[in-house]
Amino acid sequence: MVVFEKPKALTDAVLHYCPGCTHGIVHRLVAEAIDELGIEGKTIGVAPVGCSVMAYDYFACDMIEASHGRAPAVATGVKRALPDNIVFAYQGDGDLASIGLCETVSTAARGENVTIIFINNAIYGMTGGQMAPTSLIGQVTQTSPYGRDPKTQGYPINICELLATLDAPYYLERVTVNNVQHVRQAKKAIKKAFQNQVEGKGYSLIEVVSACPTNWGMTPQKALDWIETDMLPRYPLGVYRDKDAEAKKED
Amino acid sequence: MSKVIFNEELCKGCGLCVNACPKQILALSKTRLNGKGHTPVEQIDPDKCIGCAFCAMMCPDCVITVIRE
Repeated sequence: MVVFEKPKALTDAVLHYCPGCTHGIVHRLVAEAIDELGIEGKTIGVAPVGCSVMAYDYFACDMIEASHGRAPAVATGVKRALPDNIVFAYQGDGDLASIGLCETVSTAARGENVTIIFINNAIYGMTGGQMAPTSLIGQVTQTSPYGRDPKTQGYPINICELLATLDAPYYLERVTVNNVQHVRQAKKAIKKAFQNQVEGKGYSLIEVVSACPTNWGMTPQKALDWIETDMLPRYPLGVYRDKDAEAKKED
Repeated sequence: MSKVIFNEELCKGCGLCVNACPKQILALSKTRLNGKGHTPVEQIDPDKCIGCAFCAMMCPDCVITVIRE
């Protein structure tokens, strides 16, 4: 009996990510969700700009490449034109929380029936490790060589908390993939986000706190440990909005 | 009897599976390189494998297939 194999919704292309990059894990979780819900034939993905810019090579479903930060806007268009299809956008923090913040907030505020997978690794990976809106206070990056100073560079943006102030989002959850237990939780969350869309419930966003060993200057395992010790205190895991649970409570 | 199969050419030698294995029976090769120049993962004591698939769940590159008989 095969206990574990590569999901069918991933192509055979070799991932270009650095060794130990958690993008690969999240790609696999998204593909597993697509496989398990049996929606491979009607899923359309939107790839961002960032390290995951070539995600269109890795998912076996139809993919579109959006310009920087505009993935939720493109996803909105696709979903409105083809409401029977399942549309997801896969974005990093430089894409979703910086240049695309307007599209992110507007799409959430409209409560579009799309699924957003948000990879938060607190740094710009593809361009070589510059400070992102989600970089931690004191974090050393290429553009904050003395550590991020709130006086000049501001405070990190917590996207789940930010979107939870809006009325429309249906499901917001923050997960991570730094150990097996958290990978299982992340898979459950991602599957639920897709399930919500299949049932026509509305906007779901899953924030995945991820590692960037190369630009953090750490070994892959040390980067996963750093998530636990440094990232999670600033980005606590949990469900920030779940209208299913809220409805149950009212009953 | 459980078995893990490695698609060695995909392995980047990050070692996340090595740390995830509860039986500590995985290690990066000290003698071989794969086509990409990384040190691929190997099973050092196959008999102890319990087929939990923790290694496969932590692998970012889908290198590992787990079979339980």
